[in-house]
Amino acid sequence: MLLELKGLQVNYGGIRAVKGIDLVVREGELVCLIGANGAGKSTTLRAICGLLPAAAGSIRYAGQDTAGAPVHELPRRGLVMAPEGRGIFAQLTVEENLAMGAYTRSDAGVARDLERQYEIFPRLKERRTQTAGTLSGGEQQMLAIGRALMARPKLLLLDEPSMGLAPRLVAKIFEIVREIARQGVTILLVEQNARRALEVANRGYVMESGSITLAGEAQGLLENPKVREAYLGETA
Amino acid sequence: MDIFVQQIINGLTLGAVYAIVALGYTMVYGIIQLINFAHGEVVMIGAMVSFTIINALAAAGLPPLAVVLIGAGCAIPVCMLVGYAMERMAYRPLRLAPRLAPLITAIGVSIILQHLAMLVWSRNVLAFPQIIPLTTYTFLGATITGVQITILGLCLAMMAGLALLVYRTRLGTAMRATAQNPQVARLMGVDVNRVIAATFIIGAGLGAVAGVMVGTYYGVAQYTMGSVLGLKAFAAAVLGGIGNIPGAMVGGLLLGVVEALGAGYIGDLTDLCRYGLGPAASCADGGHFVLFGSNYQDVFAFVVLILVLVFRPSGLLGERVGDRA
Repeated sequence: MLLELKGLQVNYGGIRAVKGIDLVVREGELVCLIGANGAGKSTTLRAICGLLPAAAGSIRYAGQDTAGAPVHELPRRGLVMAPEGRGIFAQLTVEENLAMGAYTRSDAGVARDLERQYEIFPRLKERRTQTAGTLSGGEQQMLAIGRALMARPKLLLLDEPSMGLAPRLVAKIFEIVREIARQGVTILLVEQNARRALEVANRGYVMESGSITLAGEAQGLLENPKVREAYLGETA
Repeated sequence: MDIFVQQIINGLTLGAVYAIVALGYTMVYGIIQLINFAHGEVVMIGAMVSFTIINALAAAGLPPLAVVLIGAGCAIPVCMLVGYAMERMAYRPLRLAPRLAPLITAIGVSIILQHLAMLVWSRNVLAFPQIIPLTTYTFLGATITGVQITILGLCLAMMAGLALLVYRTRLGTAMRATAQNPQVARLMGVDVNRVIAATFIIGAGLGAVAGVMVGTYYGVAQYTMGSVLGLKAFAAAVLGGIGNIPGAMVGGLLLGVVEALGAGYIGDLTDLCRYGLGPAASCADGGHFVLFGSNYQDVFAFVVLILVLVFRPSGLLGERVGDRA
């Protein structure tokens, strides 16, 4: 078990945004957490990476409780988040952004990994010396994912990677997510785009007003009438 | 003409020092949006420590340059410690507080440091021993002293070094990333507290050198010397665009030149006899009736500050218009 949440409760903005959830991610899995806007998905991710404290319950990563671990310590242990809204450093160049992803590393593989990101995202290579703020939304999202990969994550947390992107780019982003998972990176994907997320994931959790209401194999959730009605826009 | 060149030389020398002090303001502002009003006091402490050392070693028969270097070598770590201590004790506990709280705290830290210095070094104006031989060179009809050349060269070297640190190293990249988005920088593994502390320490180290230079240039030091110097350097940082590192360098040099030219010409330009307005008794036989003399030198920095705040609040090189105090 790479990640294990037990009875996790998190407060955000004065309310209990996460009301006691259980969630596990096993090594090699691509797990998605879907739900409507404000269901508590992003709050859950922020708690996992230490940006918000758990009000109750526990978060175990790689067998260790993360309570009290400083935020900057977790990437060193392979827990890496690509934050919502991309969170790129707009005034740094594309290459500096990628270098920041490898901030915790000092091994010789960094240069090779940089080349790898440029292979996956050729647009970033073309724009390596531009400041990241000049990139389009889709390119910024690719930069955010590439930057996270530069840390060589064991567990990659992706917070709404398709948010605000044109449909063509959404498809491209999910293709990339699937490819990253295929290369052995464990992923916890938070998405509002439930259909796309369930199509690439192994398993999924459905979150509603702070609680997990459904969980299971992604294929099963895609066929579940409740999910189809509430999240896939179909009438049962 | 030669007074023009002379004032440019004097202005660049002074401006280079302003630039070095302005960097301390702008780096801290860039990373935590705090105007560290106590930074001028760090410069003062640098001058004071070097005074103590230079004074003690003046009679030892060492070469003058070595004495000054030892003075700077003692001032730098002391100032770095002061810079680190103020961040750790005064500002870090207020990191999440409303913006006004750290600002007022900065003024408090400034007062505390000033009065601690008064207790240590007394209220008197301390005169540096005259150990550096006065060497002068003629340049385009103006004179430039060896000290001026040294100050200019050293300041430019420090600016280049800082630019390399900020734009070419891992720490520098982390500093810029933290300045833009501390939350995401933490997610990348940056220990934001350490980066902020490093910023204070680097700024204080630069301030220490500036203090030594000001002390040896003017030959005097006093516990109050940090406030006007600090405010001028702050004006230079605003002129260049607060938070912008190249801006602080440009703003400092420009402010120094403006100030020197202003001081050089204000007497002539406000001589009422020139305009036939002066009292006849004073103006007779080519006499003068000067409204403002070069003792108004200090006014120019603040006139520039006001003009910038009114007409271009983002400064010369700043992009973002400041939305905060």
